[in-house]
Amino acid sequence: MEGWDRNTKSALTQIPLLSTRAGPRDGAAWTQRLKEEYRALIAYTSMNKAGDNDWFRIAAANPEGTRWEGTCWYVHNLRRYEFVLQFDIPVTYPATAPEIELPQLDGKTHKMYRGGKICLTVHFKPLWAKNCPRFGIAHALCLGLAPWLAAEVPILVDSGMVKHKDDEASSTKS
Amino acid sequence: MEEELKSLLQDIESLKRSPSDAKALDSIDEMQQRVVRIMNLTKSGASRRSKVKDMSAEVVDSNPYSRLMALQRMGIVENYERIREFSVAIVGIGGVGSVAAEMLTRCGIGRLLLYDYDTVELANMNRLFFRPDQVGMTKTDAAVQTLSDINPDVVLESYSLNITTVKGFEIFTESLKAQGSHKSGRSTGVDLVLSCVDNYEARMAVNQACNELGQTWMESGVSEDAVSGHIQLLVPGETACFACAPPLVVASGVDERTLKREGVCAASLPTTMGVVAGLLVQNALKYLLKFGQVSPYLGYNSLKDYFPTMEMRPNPQCSNFACVERQKKYIQTKPARDAAAKAKMEAEASAAKEGPLHVENEWNISVVDDSEMETSNASSASGALPEGLTHELPSADKYPESLVVGEASPLVDDLEDLQRQLDALNAS
Repeated sequence: MEGWDRNTKSALTQIPLLSTRAGPRDGAAWTQRLKEEYRALIAYTSMNKAGDNDWFRIAAANPEGTRWEGTCWYVHNLRRYEFVLQFDIPVTYPATAPEIELPQLDGKTHKMYRGGKICLTVHFKPLWAKNCPRFGIAHALCLGLAPWLAAEVPILVDSGMVKHKDDEASSTKS
Repeated sequence: MEEELKSLLQDIESLKRSPSDAKALDSIDEMQQRVVRIMNLTKSGASRRSKVKDMSAEVVDSNPYSRLMALQRMGIVENYERIREFSVAIVGIGGVGSVAAEMLTRCGIGRLLLYDYDTVELANMNRLFFRPDQVGMTKTDAAVQTLSDINPDVVLESYSLNITTVKGFEIFTESLKAQGSHKSGRSTGVDLVLSCVDNYEARMAVNQACNELGQTWMESGVSEDAVSGHIQLLVPGETACFACAPPLVVASGVDERTLKREGVCAASLPTTMGVVAGLLVQNALKYLLKFGQVSPYLGYNSLKDYFPTMEMRPNPQCSNFACVERQKKYIQTKPARDAAAKAKMEAEASAAKEGPLHVENEWNISVVDDSEMETSNASSASGALPEGLTHELPSADKYPESLVVGEASPLVDDLEDLQRQLDALNAS
């Protein structure tokens, strides 16, 4: 965990760890894992809200809890940039991390795989492998997505690849 | 079309015979040649060879299998024609998979199952196989188009899906189980699965499916910097599965810290991809047609032209449940295997009955089989990797179980309740 900022580190220590090693094909064990995922997500979301650092919404999009959808946002130069957030739970979960997708940014940055999957290879995959099965969705957002947004959104905005929605509306009107 | 061209040719011929000056004659000659060229072009486009019922060893220009059947005459392969009974699944029809598919098709494999969810792009043109006019097609359909032209004898099945999703994985395992037209003793519908994917998630999905089905498979990979690669044979229960130990990568031989990793656009070379595809299919042919030695692991470092090999035993504490089950089964069948091996050895010994090599052995010198000692256990393999190999990911930390067991009970234990709680948080 060297190289991580203090805020991320302290947030990480407060997200409850998970214990059930189960994937979406494991029946009752998966339900147990889902409960742990929810607990971790609830703890992380409330913590963010309490610290005035709310930055995402995520909820299961199907009853099996294998598809998750929501939004995430990042504030740059006092303006909020919001993106659709989605991912599937892979069959080999939790041995493999979810591949977090920001479909609106597909093709706008090369730090992304096809379909808007953000690149987690260097900064997150080794951590996930090391902490399997204790890390869950909340950890993936905290250690995978959050640093990606912090690194990429300023570049995307400054280079003009991503426009604020107010500017976009006015530019289409004129 | 052909008729019309022929009549045009006749017209030109008659024009040539009528008296005219030398200059006109030249241009008429040129026209004639152009028509002949067009005729040849249309002919080659239309002629698709018909299916061949039996593989013939006859050496004639028109026999697509004469050079392959010659392997028998050379004493390399005992019965080459068996290749038509084999089914091979190729997962990932990219730089390695597509070339592997073409190699197997040209070898006359019986049935090929192709899996990929991607489409052909212009950015793929630095690798082999796909053509610019196939841009936009799914990789599996484009592959079927080309492969069926090359060899109509091969039964081709195309699956455009992502095997890491729950739904895709289901279709994947079902298609592996489905028996083809050839009935044989195998438990699944395929003889071998070749993994030619470019990411860890998909490899783990193939590993999961093959462990559950007890399906032998081969893994292949090319490094992101395009200068090294590897192939690996995985027999569930017998050799290390992909989850037994962190995946290996062949170190590129340059200091990793000097490598810039700007962005995720991986580099690729048609050469490295072609070499790895060649190594993979060669190993697959050796495995299927039973010749030579099948490599358990073969690395390729192109910067130093270094090929490390090694063997890996399964990890008894593997995190993959299906792998541990396969290991148990493998140990259970050990007596039967030993008996078979002994019988084979005895048969060989009686076949080659000769006198002892040395009649006298005053110092009791004997040859000790050291293969048992050399093979390393995957769980302790990290220290015993051959030079040039490193792990791609760290292995999971051991974590005190007590922390998990000792969890306090006042936690909400109802999934719907938890969902409501998160929804409430999301709404505010």
